[in-house]
Amino acid sequence: MMRKLILSGCIVLLAACSQGSTMHNRGVYMLLDTSGTYTEELDKAQQIISYVLTRLNPGDAFAVARIDTGSFSEKDIIAKVVFDDRPSAANQQKRVFQEEIKSFVESVRSAPYTDITGGVLLATEYLNEHPSGQKTILVFSDMKEDLAEGFIRDIPFALDGIEVVAVNVTKLRSDNLDPREYMDRLESWQQRVEDGGGTFRVINDLDRLEQLLQ
Amino acid sequence: MNGSNLLNITPYPGLSALLLFLLAALFLYLARTPARAALLALGDALYRTFRLAAVTFTRGGENLAKRNREVLLAQGREATERAIEREFQRVESSVRKELADYPAFHRRLSESITAIEEDYERTRDVPPSPPGWVPAVQAVAEIPKADAMVARVLDDIHGSLKKIEARAITEYRADSRQRHHLLKRAMPHWRALLASLASVDKKLQRLLDRAVAIDRHMNDFEEINKGSDRAVRMLSSSSLSQFFISLFVLGIAVGGAIINFNLIARPMSEMVGGTAMIGGLRIADIAALVIILVEISMGLFLMESLRITRLFPVISALDDRMRVRMIWITLFLLTSLAAVEAGLAFMREILVQDELATAAMLRGEDPAAFQPRFLWITTAAQMGMGFILPFALTFVAIPLETFIHSLRTVLGLVATALLRSFGTLFRVLARFMRGSARFLAAAYDMLIFLPLWIEERVLAMRSGNGGLKARRAS
Repeated sequence: MMRKLILSGCIVLLAACSQGSTMHNRGVYMLLDTSGTYTEELDKAQQIISYVLTRLNPGDAFAVARIDTGSFSEKDIIAKVVFDDRPSAANQQKRVFQEEIKSFVESVRSAPYTDITGGVLLATEYLNEHPSGQKTILVFSDMKEDLAEGFIRDIPFALDGIEVVAVNVTKLRSDNLDPREYMDRLESWQQRVEDGGGTFRVINDLDRLEQLLQ
Repeated sequence: MNGSNLLNITPYPGLSALLLFLLAALFLYLARTPARAALLALGDALYRTFRLAAVTFTRGGENLAKRNREVLLAQGREATERAIEREFQRVESSVRKELADYPAFHRRLSESITAIEEDYERTRDVPPSPPGWVPAVQAVAEIPKADAMVARVLDDIHGSLKKIEARAITEYRADSRQRHHLLKRAMPHWRALLASLASVDKKLQRLLDRAVAIDRHMNDFEEINKGSDRAVRMLSSSSLSQFFISLFVLGIAVGGAIINFNLIARPMSEMVGGTAMIGGLRIADIAALVIILVEISMGLFLMESLRITRLFPVISALDDRMRVRMIWITLFLLTSLAAVEAGLAFMREILVQDELATAAMLRGEDPAAFQPRFLWITTAAQMGMGFILPFALTFVAIPLETFIHSLRTVLGLVATALLRSFGTLFRVLARFMRGSARFLAAAYDMLIFLPLWIEERVLAMRSGNGGLKARRAS
């Protein structure tokens, strides 16, 4: 009887001490803009994905999805993975993941419209389904939303604890004519993200990728 | 009301200040007796309190020092007993070994002596000295040989005599050769005898050395038993040096354990997963740490079973058969864990190469370019370290035991020094408090010097200088 009590006590103590590994894991969701001429930038996106893969550890989750006319759809997810606990298996998964991205970049077709909001909503859903300590949405886009007729995207975000990083936000021809347009665009996105409880950053210098995942 | 307002009670600030000073002096003069009593009482109370604290700390220090002395002497007694016991065991084993050889040695010695004696006896048979053949032959040769017949006879006699002389000399030489041969044959016996005696001398010298060591330990033991200051000083100094030496060696062992940990922590994540955590620590790290701690524990048990250390009386008290079983069991477990570690070290190298190859592939480089040419060297070195380090960590038991034993003494010395320092500090504080109270009382009188001077004058007028002096004295 005494032995059972001691054993139960030890188990309870261990359970009390144990902490979910999810608090130390990282969830990353990357959106790739495939609209218009932005598909020409996808080589850079591939570099970023490779960098992100080197930074992720066993237990982390990573997904890459495309931004097209209607991005709020699971069909737009190009590749997704939750890395295995074992480092060797995780390495294997990284190799497979990179191959999937490579084949996508080689076969991608340009989309006529750009639904960034739908992609962010899908990313939020994905990250919330995979509880992790640090959640990041990388948006590889010029951040110019261009919705097709009938798509309703005037929806507030719910981005509590999620960091949105806009990567490689290229300047459009109209931005060159009036830079205020570019600044207003970024400001409006920052406003939307922060209203949703998230944080917003922009990284245009791809030589400083170490700032991507903080 | 602030200070500037106070100075405005008259149109002249100087006058106001003077008035205020006089009023304050009057007030202080009236309150002088209770104020002085309060100050002195406060000083006295603080003095007594600090004094009490000082006495308590000093007594505590003395008690602790006494207790330390007892513990030190007890430890020293035990250590000396062990040393004497060990020396006696060595003497016993040495004597037993020598005595076991003694019959053979005695037989060899007797045989050598007998052989030498026999050879000596034989050499005592003196060979016949060569007779005076030479003068006889010469005399015969010198006889005049007038007659031919006589000459022939004399020649015959001369020839015979010469032959007999030659034979006698040959016999003499043969006898002498025989004697020399016998003496020569005795030489190895002499040498054997000398070697045996030298061996006996060496063994006896060893025994004498042991006896000297035992004498020295016995002297120490007597000193310790007497509880002399010399013994306490000697033991304290020994404990301190042992403490620092064992601390140094333990530091080295900790370094070894850290290297060991780094060898196996990474591949452990392949076995128990790399993400699960307990209390903020990765389970893989905890598992690696547990393996190292289990190895150290096995090493401790092995050393205990071998009776090299005496940390666990239960193990020391086991009967010999059980102890030997325990030695084999712990050795088996230790070897198994060492083999596991070697395997994990090998796994670590594979993982590192895999990660390098993956990173190279992700960077778009050729993974094969990152295969080092001499990979087998690092792999073998890691495996070797993984196998050897657990056995090396086994010897941690020895400095650990010394550390634990000397720690008691060192902590006792530090605590005694602290208690004595506190005692001194509080004694100084007690004096300071009493002196401060007296100084404040005197300073109080200084502030009211004017009323006091007036009082002195008045009293002098009333009762003369003698009465005033008597009052002052009181």
